[in-house]
Amino acid sequence: MRRLFDDELAELDADFTEMGMLVSEVVQQAVDAFMNRDAVAAQKLIDHDHEINQREISLEQKTFEMIALYQPVTTDLREIVTILKAVSELERAADHARNVAHSAIKFGSKQKIPVLEQLIGEMSQITTQMIREVLAAYVNKDDQAARVLAEVDRKLDQLNHQIRADSYQQMRLDPAFETGASIYLNVAQDLSRIGDYVTNVCEWIVYLKSGQIVELNPANADNAN
Amino acid sequence: MFLSNDITQNTEMLDRHVVQPADPQHPTILSTEDLHVYYGKKEAIAEGDLRFASNQITALIGPSGSGKSTFLRSLNRMNDRIATVTGRIMYRGVDINQPDIDVYEMRRRVGMVFQRPNPFAKSIYDNIAFALRLRGVTDKHALDEIVETSLKQAALWNQVKDDLNKSALALSGGQAQRLCIARAIAVKPDILLLDEPASALDPVSTSQLEDTLLELKQHYSIIIVTHNMQQAGRISEYTAFFNQGRVLEYDTTSHIFTNPQVQVTSDYVSGNFG
Repeated sequence: MRRLFDDELAELDADFTEMGMLVSEVVQQAVDAFMNRDAVAAQKLIDHDHEINQREISLEQKTFEMIALYQPVTTDLREIVTILKAVSELERAADHARNVAHSAIKFGSKQKIPVLEQLIGEMSQITTQMIREVLAAYVNKDDQAARVLAEVDRKLDQLNHQIRADSYQQMRLDPAFETGASIYLNVAQDLSRIGDYVTNVCEWIVYLKSGQIVELNPANADNAN
Repeated sequence: MFLSNDITQNTEMLDRHVVQPADPQHPTILSTEDLHVYYGKKEAIAEGDLRFASNQITALIGPSGSGKSTFLRSLNRMNDRIATVTGRIMYRGVDINQPDIDVYEMRRRVGMVFQRPNPFAKSIYDNIAFALRLRGVTDKHALDEIVETSLKQAALWNQVKDDLNKSALALSGGQAQRLCIARAIAVKPDILLLDEPASALDPVSTSQLEDTLLELKQHYSIIIVTHNMQQAGRISEYTAFFNQGRVLEYDTTSHIFTNPQVQVTSDYVSGNFG
């Protein structure tokens, strides 16, 4: 029976990693679609969003089944709980990627604002790298890497604040920029949220390794204080 | 992992993690210090320093031959005739492992329920009244009262109150085991030792027995040997993991089952042992 459990756990792990890679691709495609204002690519991404939702449901069902059938404890339990929790975080991250795709379509041919464009580009790069690295940290069960990654999220939050300030500034300078600037605001907010979800996954990687439930998200930590 | 019966092998390499209960609400009622048990020259318990919290359930788990039952039986001197037990067993400030201790009086305070239900071939009533009569309780009214209270505490009263004069041997396994618990608590012990009390019971009887133990811990301190990991998880506050005659890990049950500090503990409770 133990061997059966090990096989199923390995399968669950592989399915989760696969979903993670899919979400990573979706985030990359979403930021590319926005940076290139590629409405076709954006729409394609939106149309395929349900696939990620289905994977989330299927992984959740599998974890419930394994808990009910095998009553896992210690590291087995932690691995299953980590997947159960992280899968929701990934699905939410994908929802925000979908929002970014919507923003790409909504922006259409409006005039780009170079300073915001550059900051969004910077955020995009950090976000896509974070999501790739969190998967590597999960696969390697590397809680140190997860903690380092959570620190990177601070940079994302700083950029989000800067974009917010600059967007309002642009709106004040020229009301014609108002719609465009508000879209930049939304995209920055979505990318920042993706960073938060990645940080939450980092927390579960720390739990997986150490059994400690920690708060790595600086925004939440501030609230806690 | 190869499990050797020779506890002198490999044990030095094994990590230990022992966190003793420190809860002012549940002060230590029983503790062992430097406890060693020998069957002839063979050492069965090489290191058993544990403190047990009052009015809590402590589970002793570990593979067969790990020494948990030997340890449990030492706690009320059941090993006296078959083994040599050295070290101290402190109960309310007294070392009950001293030769001059009145063992029978001590066993009234530290009662034991065994793996297989072993009711006497007497009526249900007499199973409980037997020890009381031996201790000089002859007043019918007093006996009736203790029989009823004990059966109620063991959650058996409602099922047998109209059949108290029937033979205890006619009871089902689960009922017989609860009768044995009623018999043990009739003499008002402080501590109940249970050696795999549910291993011969079906799931429904097991569940009833567990409910009974959870009720009983309000009045008694319970130490239970179990092979059923889920049972330890369900009912105990503390769990001690025995392996090769030593306590390798002792901590709150939630720690043992979610985040044990010793790899062998994790392997054992995950069923990944061997």
